[in-house]
Amino acid sequence: MTSVPFPGRSLKPGTATKPRRRARRFNGPLIIGLTLFGLLILAAVFAPLITSADPVAQNLPQSLLPPGSPGHLLGTDRFGRDVLARLLYGARIDLRVGVLAVVSPLIIGTILGLISGWFGGWFDTVLMRIVDMVVAFPFFVLVIGLVFALGPGTGSIYVAITMVGWVAYARIVRGEVLIAKNQEYALAARASGLPTWRILLRHLLPNVVLQAVVFSMSDIVLTILAIVTLGYLGLGVPPPTPDWGSMIQEGQQFMLTQWYLAALPGFAVVITGLALALIADGLVERMNRR
Amino acid sequence: MEYVLYIGRRLLAAIPVLLGTTVIVFFMIHLVPGDPAVTLLGTHATPATVAALHQQLGLDQPLWRQYLDFLGRLLRGDLGHSFFYQVSVTSLVLGRLSATLWLIIVGALFSVVISVPLAAWAASRRNSVADHVIRAVPLLGLGMPAFWLGIMLILVFALKLGLFPVSGYGTSFAEHVQGIILPALTVALALTPILIRSLRTSMINVLGSDYITTARAKGIGTGRVIVGHALRNAAVSSVTVLGVNIAYLVGSTLVVERVFSLPGIGTQMIDAIFNRDFPVVQGVTMFFAVMVVAVNLLTDVAHASLDPRVRLS
Amino acid sequence: MSPLLEVEDLHVEIPLPHATLHAVRGVSLTADAGEAVGLVGESGSGKSLTLRALLGLLPQPARVTSGRIVLDGVDVTALPERERRRRLTSAMGMVFQDSLTALNPVMRVGEQIAETPRRKLGMSGAKSKARAIELMDRVGIPEPERRYRAYPHELSGGMRQRICIAIALSGQPRLILADEPTTALDVTIQAQVLSVIESLRVEEGVGLILVSHDLAVVSETCRRIYVMYAGRVVENGPILDVLGAPRHPYSFALLRSVPDPDVPVHRLLTIPGQPPDLMDEVAGCSFADRCRFVSDACYEQTPPLVQLTPDRATACLRYEEAERWSDMVAEAPVQEEVR
Repeated sequence: MTSVPFPGRSLKPGTATKPRRRARRFNGPLIIGLTLFGLLILAAVFAPLITSADPVAQNLPQSLLPPGSPGHLLGTDRFGRDVLARLLYGARIDLRVGVLAVVSPLIIGTILGLISGWFGGWFDTVLMRIVDMVVAFPFFVLVIGLVFALGPGTGSIYVAITMVGWVAYARIVRGEVLIAKNQEYALAARASGLPTWRILLRHLLPNVVLQAVVFSMSDIVLTILAIVTLGYLGLGVPPPTPDWGSMIQEGQQFMLTQWYLAALPGFAVVITGLALALIADGLVERMNRR
Repeated sequence: MEYVLYIGRRLLAAIPVLLGTTVIVFFMIHLVPGDPAVTLLGTHATPATVAALHQQLGLDQPLWRQYLDFLGRLLRGDLGHSFFYQVSVTSLVLGRLSATLWLIIVGALFSVVISVPLAAWAASRRNSVADHVIRAVPLLGLGMPAFWLGIMLILVFALKLGLFPVSGYGTSFAEHVQGIILPALTVALALTPILIRSLRTSMINVLGSDYITTARAKGIGTGRVIVGHALRNAAVSSVTVLGVNIAYLVGSTLVVERVFSLPGIGTQMIDAIFNRDFPVVQGVTMFFAVMVVAVNLLTDVAHASLDPRVRLS
Repeated sequence: MSPLLEVEDLHVEIPLPHATLHAVRGVSLTADAGEAVGLVGESGSGKSLTLRALLGLLPQPARVTSGRIVLDGVDVTALPERERRRRLTSAMGMVFQDSLTALNPVMRVGEQIAETPRRKLGMSGAKSKARAIELMDRVGIPEPERRYRAYPHELSGGMRQRICIAIALSGQPRLILADEPTTALDVTIQAQVLSVIESLRVEEGVGLILVSHDLAVVSETCRRIYVMYAGRVVENGPILDVLGAPRHPYSFALLRSVPDPDVPVHRLLTIPGQPPDLMDEVAGCSFADRCRFVSDACYEQTPPLVQLTPDRATACLRYEEAERWSDMVAEAPVQEEVR
């Protein structure tokens, strides 16, 4: 096969060559994704500054106002609550739970994957069998079943998502460790007689964790989808706390007249997903370039 | 022969996985905080009913005994009794299974019909406008909740355009067909963002591979190259991609059935949750796992018939 | 009488995001029926792209930007796309380096051979199958009837490469283009595959253009040789003349980089330096930086291909000094490290 010499690799001595501008490539997806996600976080954090309306206080005479009504930029729902305020305060719940619910599966899965990939043996066999069992269930079905068994509340959501979510990280990290294990830096660390925990934490972890972190970006999307779905089914954060899922469910009854009540919270989820997908894409692009 | 052996091996490999899922389903009841019987029946239950439930669930037995009993009944097709309807869970679930199976089959069909041509188009015209659009739109779809998409489809196609019923499954076959299209479309569209991205990548690999060059060097015409060489190899990767993601599709039927009030096992699970009908929740969860394992087996069969290399491994 | 294939001033470019790679820069060559021609050079010299351009099989996004391909006296570059492809693929068949990736993994090898007679020559199913088995027999595959139904992964590397040759032959070509056909094979299998190609040439008059970086393979097989460097032909002529008395410093260096079978060296001697960046359009000889016989003039003027005899040419300004090159190297061996 003809291999094309990599552009800009060789410079001729003796001939005057212009220094080639090594174009610093603009990582569009990463920048746009981070900006978008940053704005969402800011909107959630500073919700009380953006709107003075109370997301839970009912005001029945003011119910079902259309968007653009004075004092209610996006209108009100059937209890007269400000839609914009509910969207912003909903972001606080959904983004917080979505991000936090990914942390423990990430940590647990990474540790198990690291041990499983490095030591192999019976631990690896058992762990991988458990992984097979968990992935035999559709994600939503198992999460919903577990949340039901554990009882309502945010705590149950964290536990259920952790119980199902760790398998993906364990698989990814285990695969990475199996590759890294036989690379020279790992062999060198082993040959130097360092204690195993030190090899794992200082030498292996930094090299294998990146893939898990990239995956966690799309995992946050999946988790937020799960939370919103639970909210829609009435199994999520208990009312009247605003949550995008329960907002969609309430809005569904007014589809013919006030379609935006169901549509707007959905857009919020889509934008969150877009932001995180862009970040994940950008990270992958960055890794590939190195 | 190799083929039969391969399928046999896949079947055998599915047994421990199924066994494992029974462990998870069994332990669901032990996740219930406090005394499961009290929690399940609510605080108003009389001690007599609580004791009866203890008896029925076998909660007074040691754990391993409980599991073996559970497994034994499962093997006989007995998933227990519904608290709410007072009939066997198996018959309840079987009565609702057809709508869910239809939704999965038609949904999978739609997702293939939508994503394969789009991915092929994007792959064959790399870096064209069409390619960029086909790559960008899935990004929007990745974070789209399936139920919300369903609601939006109802809004446009049922309420505004009146093309399909808003919800329900009807009683006749014609009504079934009408009722399944929008839900199946929802399930398919929820999956296509993921499918298109992976399919595009694998199709680019197929189109750029050396055997396509060999085929083109024969001078047999572009159409023949695509039909005879590219498609079959692309189908191999499509089946793989579909197989990996089919569990997601199966899972999304749960909430989509709810949106469209389809009488499937997903709706049944949600209803059972609100009725605190634990055996039904358990039974439906088990059925979902069986469906995923079955679909994975079907994927293996399809893969092996398309790709002779698989049968050896 | 015009030769079977004549290529004139072929240019191939590869557009990259921020630049254009000028990979083939005006290659001219000829090949006749029953003749074996070698095309040698380092990887990146443009030899494989030249070969692929002949069949219109350039990988995306490379494209031919100028030049003429004349087949049987007809300039096919002037013909419409379909007709051009029909003529080129009818006259030529191609064999690739890696037989595992060059064969469709999900199609039986026999069907891959039979496809051409069936789809292009319009044979019936049974006839094309018989033809495929005949071709398999011709390239030395034992039990061709049984092997017809094999999949590529079930055959050994040597058998697969024979299948590839059979595919190249299946359209009854008069010229076979072979791109490093033996590089991926063991030495003993290499010899077998080369002898299959050789016998086709001798017995059936099928011509051959062999691309290789391996001078030994080329010298065993070919009568004429083109030496390519940085997208250009730098020297060409009868193989014995070129190898015996190179008239271009690159061919000279290439020959010296071939390990002497009598000297036990474990490492291939390499030519110091790197090939130039193919994006720059710099005046002067592209080999100047690596050339030990370089002069100031070499940096100023791009050397033209000078015809030394009717069948011999070189693109070196100082070819007249070529006879002294060996002595110069013997006197100053240190120079090799300095450069």
